[in-house]
Amino acid sequence: MTDSPINGVAEQVARGTPQPLATRFRGLSDRAIAWIFISPTIVLLLAINIFPLIWTVYLSFTNYRANRPGRPIEWVGTRNYERLLGSEDIWGYLQATAHFVCWTMALQVLLGLGLALLINRNFKGAGFWTTVILIPMMLSPAVVGVFWTYLYQPQTGIFSYILNLFGDFGPIDMIGSVGLAPWSIIIVDTWMWTPYIMLLCLAGLRSIPEYLYEAAEIDRANALQKFWHITLPRVLPFLMLAVLFRGIENFKMFDMVVELTSGGPGSTTELASINLKREAFESWRTGYSSAFAVILFVTVFGLGNIYVKALNRVKQ
Amino acid sequence: MSETRNQSVGLARFFRRGPWENAATAAIAAGVVMLMQPFSLTLFGYSFAVILAGTVGFVIVSHFPE
Repeated sequence: MTDSPINGVAEQVARGTPQPLATRFRGLSDRAIAWIFISPTIVLLLAINIFPLIWTVYLSFTNYRANRPGRPIEWVGTRNYERLLGSEDIWGYLQATAHFVCWTMALQVLLGLGLALLINRNFKGAGFWTTVILIPMMLSPAVVGVFWTYLYQPQTGIFSYILNLFGDFGPIDMIGSVGLAPWSIIIVDTWMWTPYIMLLCLAGLRSIPEYLYEAAEIDRANALQKFWHITLPRVLPFLMLAVLFRGIENFKMFDMVVELTSGGPGSTTELASINLKREAFESWRTGYSSAFAVILFVTVFGLGNIYVKALNRVKQ
Repeated sequence: MSETRNQSVGLARFFRRGPWENAATAAIAAGVVMLMQPFSLTLFGYSFAVILAGTVGFVIVSHFPE
């Protein structure tokens, strides 16, 4: 190789060009590369999830009010928790939440499993009906809340009209009546989320091998025995998963109920999360509402642990 | 020597994940029921402590060997 001026220029250009990324990464260990890739996510998680969580836990032990930022923050220890866990109002809101969660779960499991068993029969047009049944699940909860307020109108709503076909009930005020309002939100949630339970049950039903039913036929098992000894045990893990997932979601239910009843009449349908929002952003009792948020968070986190355990069991 | 081995085997058997995880799960479930039951305000008052104990317990015992 001659040491020509052209070679010298080429060498200078080569030195000036930055090294490709792959060459620069080549010297790093696998562990270092993994850290480089996950560090943006970790930073985001710390900033958006972990820091506010720690801050909320700290605020729950203070008398901080977000509408008075200049006021000195006083450490009150566990006073907020003691007041929350001794309050009959909070107890009532959690009972309203329990009523909502228990009834929605029971109805959704019954209807979801029933629909899944029907769809699993593979009749003509089963695909079309599956799609139709799944539509409510795809809608936004706020939209569902708004249009069900129209359906529930006592004078002009279709709900009242249909019920009056079965008897002379007169105008039925589902949202305005103390006795019916809790059921109005249960009906809407059931209408919206039964397809989700159906979908998971359908996945469970499709995973049952046909030879189990054939063996049961040989043993002269009737339909009920086949359901009790083959179908139900095989679908149960999927059903448990769906119930846990929907249970956690309904425990946190906010948007659909706010659009539908705003917690009324009175506080009949005021679920825990709705009261939490009121305490935090209407009464501005930030410390107190932080303590309430921590209680709800620990409850949901605990239920989440059970959910993960159930998920692992389904995987096995 | 064998006595030490027996002790460590006994400890390992005692700190198995399965039963402890089941106990923590039961505590969480009991706490949630206490939080939402309509019968006793006293039970409601202790519910958070039970859920917290169950949840922290679950996090700890999930690190135990199978």
